[in-house]
Amino acid sequence: MKLPSFLLKLAIVSALSLTTSATSVFGETTEIKIPQQEWGFTSLFGTFDRAAQQRGFQVFREVCSACHSISKLSYRNLTEIGFSTEQVKSIAAQDQVVDGPNDEGEMFERAALPSDRFKRPFANEQAARANNNGAYPPDLSLITKARPDGINYLYALLIGYQNPPSDIVVPDGRYYNHYFPGHQISMPSPLPSAGLVSYADGTEATIEQMAKDVTTFLAWAAEPEMEYRKKLGVQVIFFLTVLTILLYLAKRRIWARLK
Amino acid sequence: MSVVFKNRLVRWIDHRMPIFSSLHHEMYEYPVPRNLNYLWNFGFLAGLMLIIMIVTGIVLAMHYTPNTTMAFESVERIMRDVNYGWIIRYIHMNGASMFFILVYIHIFRGMYYGSYKAPREILWMLGVVIFFLMIVTAFIGYVLPWGQMSYWGATVITNLFSAIPWVGEDIVTWLWGGFSVDNPTLNRFFALHYLLPFVILGVVFLHVIALHRFGSNNPLGIDMKRPQDSISFHPYYTIKDAFTIGLFLIFFCYFIFFNPNYLGHPDNYIPADPLVTPAHIVPEWYFLPFYAILRAIPSKLGGVLLMGGAIAILFVLPWLDRSPVRSGRFRPMFKWFFALFVINCFVLGYCGANPPEGHFILISRIATAYYFAYFIVILPLLSVLEKPKPLPASISESIYQPKNHLE
Ligand code: HEC
Ligand code: HEM
Repeated sequence: MKLPSFLLKLAIVSALSLTTSATSVFGETTEIKIPQQEWGFTSLFGTFDRAAQQRGFQVFREVCSACHSISKLSYRNLTEIGFSTEQVKSIAAQDQVVDGPNDEGEMFERAALPSDRFKRPFANEQAARANNNGAYPPDLSLITKARPDGINYLYALLIGYQNPPSDIVVPDGRYYNHYFPGHQISMPSPLPSAGLVSYADGTEATIEQMAKDVTTFLAWAAEPEMEYRKKLGVQVIFFLTVLTILLYLAKRRIWARLK
Repeated sequence: MSVVFKNRLVRWIDHRMPIFSSLHHEMYEYPVPRNLNYLWNFGFLAGLMLIIMIVTGIVLAMHYTPNTTMAFESVERIMRDVNYGWIIRYIHMNGASMFFILVYIHIFRGMYYGSYKAPREILWMLGVVIFFLMIVTAFIGYVLPWGQMSYWGATVITNLFSAIPWVGEDIVTWLWGGFSVDNPTLNRFFALHYLLPFVILGVVFLHVIALHRFGSNNPLGIDMKRPQDSISFHPYYTIKDAFTIGLFLIFFCYFIFFNPNYLGHPDNYIPADPLVTPAHIVPEWYFLPFYAILRAIPSKLGGVLLMGGAIAILFVLPWLDRSPVRSGRFRPMFKWFFALFVINCFVLGYCGANPPEGHFILISRIATAYYFAYFIVILPLLSVLEKPKPLPASISESIYQPKNHLE
């Protein structure tokens, strides 16, 4: 009887260590140590800071969206981070999107509606590459899920631009970033100086602040269900725990009939 | 003992089609050894998991589009726009991992207590068929979201068939339905991914028929001889299974609600791109031991054969282990080789997660050697060399001894 339970415990312990060590070898990315930040929303019950999300959206809109799309999101999703329907309408209306064909068979431009997906900065990948030295700025809708330790990685990447070590020659159109795999990224530092945006709520727009805010926004963009998921999870697990305890008591009672 | 049903309609139907009496016979009065421990609950849980996979899978299939230009997008739509779509997908995605955890424990249980031995050989072999079908189903399912790992995993694994002499290349082209993993591949994978779980369901049915012929084995590995050795399935084991379902669902829900992508790979959130190869192509965790065996062998064909052999050898396990004693509890030497076998599987898994470089190559070769030696050398030898401890006369007798083995 001892051996199976010993093996079970062993299995659990090694499974845990296996997965943690395995993630650290999945890709050379993680050979570079990514510093861990405090994120209120990554904890078991954590929720997003609405103000940070909205500031992050502003950074995204004013800086990143020149090159990156967030094509999985629609304007209407912004109501989930505290924008009013009116605000969303006017945000959407700032973009012109192509619609059609109309009754004459022509494509036409119109102001975007809340139900539209966010407008992409480039018509297609080729256009995006042509405008970025041949590099493709990836869609950012899922970016924090699409990189190991994605949330900390994104933040680190945004503040990770440095002067290259003297023995490394960075070719034209490439920039030295300590956290990018291989260190040579084709994206120029998107947040090169403080005050790039001016926050309406008076928060000082330091580089770290902007990086933190836009990371919060993109973490939400990748997992818009996160707050509700955790909330529901607490209820489900609470219910299951009570149920399991009752079932255990019932089991004890029924088995007590056996002598 | 035949039952008399109170409800007249039930009685009327049962007289013409005795489905209610069979259910009563197989799920109520069905005699089960009274001394089963909690390791015997994993089969029931695996069955539950199969049902959960089928139900969530059908719902996913209602929203999923098996086309290379739309598959990734359609999965994201499920996550964002379908009501509660994210739960359905996270259940299905983590469910595959849970399924394998349950089945691996279930298999190890059988190996330790000698459940594969006569007269349960067919039961065991059907189990191996299920395991094999699960592997295929999960591999194919992982391709459907059409992320980077989907695409490259499919490419690497289907390419293995090219190692077959003469016809290898043709087989690969035939599997792909073209000259690379592409839309025809995705389309047929979807069709098969829908089909195979129902094949599994059928084999599970046969598995249960075979089980009910002689009933469960038990931790002592001796047959039920007297009426006191067994208890009826209902209510004793129904309530015990219900309790473990609760425990299991708590474990499962932790992943669904609080860490849904922990067991997955971030690269699969990048849409498939045939022009960009990921730095490391790794399969899902449950394939890692087999992946390690594949890569431990320098020749491609050899690796493929050994990987297949690692599963195939389970089929003949009943004939490799000739020891008359089933339960490892009474086998002083077997116990330790078995423990080492389990640890060895984890070592293989660890090697599978790492690039085949440096000392990982050596470790995975040693571990592969032990994996096969366990079946081909150690078990046959132990059958001759080992002196088992004396077995108790009966299940009920061992229970009334001071050392209580009931749970
Ligand atoms: C001038 C255009 C431009 C702007 C503005 C820009 N990026 Fe980029 N970004 C790129 C390009 C080009 C790449 C591809 C880099 C490569 O592959 O080397 C990229 C890559 C990335 C990546 C992927 C890195 C990886 O691990 O592959 C992230 C994340 C990212 N950008 C975030 C941002 C954020 C956040 C902002 C706004 C604060 C931003 N970018 C603004 C052009 C831009
Ligand atoms: C034996 C049971 C099953 C196993 C082990 C299994 C396994 C998997 C796996 C590993 C994935 C990839 C998950 C991801 O990364 O997103 C997947 C996806 C999928 N499965 Fe299954 N599956 C099973 C049953 C079914 C059934 C019965 C259906 C439908 C009838 C189904 C439909 C789908 C669909 C549509 C997807 C793609 C959507 C998605 O990726 O979330 N599955 N399956």
